[in-house]
Amino acid sequence: MKKLLLTALLVLPLAFFAQAQKTNKAISSPAAARDQILEGKKVYSKFCASCHQLDGGGVPNLNPPLSKTTYVLGDKSRLIKIILNGSNESLEIDGETYSNPMPQLDILKDQEIADVLTYIRNSFGNKATAVTSPEVKAQRSKKK
Amino acid sequence: MIIPLLTAGIFCSLYAFKNNPSAGRQIHPPTTDPDNAGLKLPSGFGALVVADSIGKARHLVVTKEGNLYVKLAKPVKEKGIIYLKDKNGDGRMDEQSGFGNYGGTGLYLKDGVLYASSNDEVFSYQLDEKNEVSNQNNPSKLITKLKKGRQHDTKSIVLDNSGNIYVNIGAYSNSCQEKDRTPGSPGMKGCPILDSAGGIWQFKANKLNQSYGDGIRYATGIRNVVGLDWNQQNNTLFVMQHGRDQLNGLWPDLYDEKKSALLPAECLYMLKKGDNAGWPYIYYDQYQKKNIQAPEYGGDGKKEGSKEYINPALAFPGHLAPNGLLFYTGNQFPEKYRNGAFIAFHGSWNRTPEKQEGFYVVFAPFKDGQPTGEWEIFADGFAGTDNVMSPRDAKHRPCGLAQGPDGSLYVTDDVKGTVYRILYNGK
Ligand code: HEC
Repeated sequence: MKKLLLTALLVLPLAFFAQAQKTNKAISSPAAARDQILEGKKVYSKFCASCHQLDGGGVPNLNPPLSKTTYVLGDKSRLIKIILNGSNESLEIDGETYSNPMPQLDILKDQEIADVLTYIRNSFGNKATAVTSPEVKAQRSKKK
Repeated sequence: MIIPLLTAGIFCSLYAFKNNPSAGRQIHPPTTDPDNAGLKLPSGFGALVVADSIGKARHLVVTKEGNLYVKLAKPVKEKGIIYLKDKNGDGRMDEQSGFGNYGGTGLYLKDGVLYASSNDEVFSYQLDEKNEVSNQNNPSKLITKLKKGRQHDTKSIVLDNSGNIYVNIGAYSNSCQEKDRTPGSPGMKGCPILDSAGGIWQFKANKLNQSYGDGIRYATGIRNVVGLDWNQQNNTLFVMQHGRDQLNGLWPDLYDEKKSALLPAECLYMLKKGDNAGWPYIYYDQYQKKNIQAPEYGGDGKKEGSKEYINPALAFPGHLAPNGLLFYTGNQFPEKYRNGAFIAFHGSWNRTPEKQEGFYVVFAPFKDGQPTGEWEIFADGFAGTDNVMSPRDAKHRPCGLAQGPDGSLYVTDDVKGTVYRILYNGK
C-alpha cells in the first residue's frame, strides 16, 4: 500500500495503472524491482542501446527516444506488445516520426522483457511501476 | 601608409581577377569569422557562416552569381527549396525566399536548369539569365512513382554530360533479412528489394513523367547512397554507400561490439553501367581488404564474397554516414585539392557503446580520376564537442557540399540549418 501511494504521488497520471496492478498478485517488492533494473540494463545494452542509444535519447529521424514517451510510461500491455510484435508504421512520438523498424524481439524470455521494460520505465528520467514476467506471459499467450 | 594600402589593393584585384572572374559584385573575398565558425581547418583556410537556422538543410548548389539554393528535408512554411541571396556582397546571405512545398534531399544545377527531388519524384526548374526560378510553382515533373520505404527514402541526383540524370533509390532494409533488423533472421533468397531499390537508376534529364519502365537500373547492390557526384576527369559516376548496421546486435556470436563499431567500411564506388556492389550478400571489410559474405547469407566474418561484385575505389571507417560527395574543380584551394574528392560525413549512430564518429568533412586526393588511396579530415568541429556518445550530442552535422564560382567550398548542416563557406586565404 505504501508503495502504491508513493507511485501515485510520483506519477499521478499513472495512478490508474498502478491501481489496476494492485489486483495483480505478482507485483514485485522494491528489492526485486532493483534487481530487475540491474538485469534489465544488461538486456538493454545488448538488444536496444544500438538504436535507442545508451542514454535512451534515440537518434533523430531514425529511432525514437524512450524518455517520458507515452509508450514507455503508459499502458503496460501496449508497451509489452511493442517488444513482442515490433513496429514498422511510423509511430508519432511527441510529434516526430522515425524511419527504422522496431524489430520483433519475442526471442527474449518473459523475464528478460519484464526486466528491460522495468529498466526503461525507471531510467532516462522515467519513473513508473515495474513490469512483471506474468504480465509479459499474459500478452504473449493472447498473441497466439 | 599608402604603399601597403596600394599593395593590398593590387593584391585584392589580382585575387579577384584570378579566382573570381564571373562574380559581378563581390570583388573582395569575404571576411572569415574570428573562430572560423567553430571549425578546425588546415592552415591557410578560414570559414564563415553564410546562413543559419534555415531548416534541415540537405544538398545545395551555388549559382555563378554566388547565390544559393538549399534543399530542406522538411519544408519550412511550405518552402522545401530555400533561395539565399547576398545583396550587399559581403559573402553573407541577406535575403531569403523559397518555393517547392516538398521535403527531400537531392539538388543539382546544370546548364541553366535546377533539378530537385522529393523522396519519390524528381522535378526540374528552368532558370533565367540571372539563374533565378521564374516557374516556382510549375516545375516539370521528370520522374515519378519511385519506391519510397520508411528507411533510406531520400533520392539523391546528379547529371552526366550526355543528358542523363542518375537517381539513388535506397534499399528499405538493413540487410534484406526476412525480418528486418531482427537478431538471427536469415537473408531473403534473391533479395526482392533489388528489383526497385538498392541501386542507382538512370533516366533522361529532359523527358517528363518517367518511372521504372522508362529508366534503366544503372548499377545495383548498393544499400543506400546520399552523396554522389560525376567525375569530370574520367567522365564517370562516383557514389558513397551507407554500409549496413548492427553486425553485433544481429549476429553476436560472430561479431563483438568493437568489431561491429568498425565494420563494415563506408565505401566510395566508381560505377559503370551494369556494376553490382553486392548488397545485401556481401560487405567490404577494410581490414581484410575484401568483400566478405554477409552473415545473413551464410557468412562467418571471414568467408570471401563472390568475385562478381565490384571493389570500392576507397574505403572509410564504418557507420560514418557519408551524405555529401564533391569533386573539387576550383582554383582557389592549393594544387593538391584539384580534382580530389570532398566527402561530408553526417556522423554515426551505430557504434554504441563506443563513442560516435564522423561529423566532419574529409578530403581524398585523386590522380587521373582515381583516388590515390590516402584521405584526411579536412574540416572538423561541426559537433561542437569531441565526445559524441549519441548523435544528439552533435550541435551540427555536415550534409551537403557545393563549390562556389570562386572555388570556395560550401557545407550544409541539417541539425540547426547552418550553411558554412570555407575559403583558402593562405599563400
Ligand atoms: C533496430 C533498431 C531498434 C532496436 C534494436 C530496438 N528498437 Fe525500439 N524502436 C525502434 C523504432 C524505429 C521505433 C519506432 C517504430 C515505429 O515508428 O513504428 C521503436 C519504438 C519503440 C518504443 C515505442 C516508442 C517510444 O519511443 O516510446 C519502445 C518503448 C521501444 N522501441 C523500446 C525498445 C526496447 C526496450 C528495445 C530492446 C529490447 C528496443 N526498443 C529495440 C528501433 C529499435
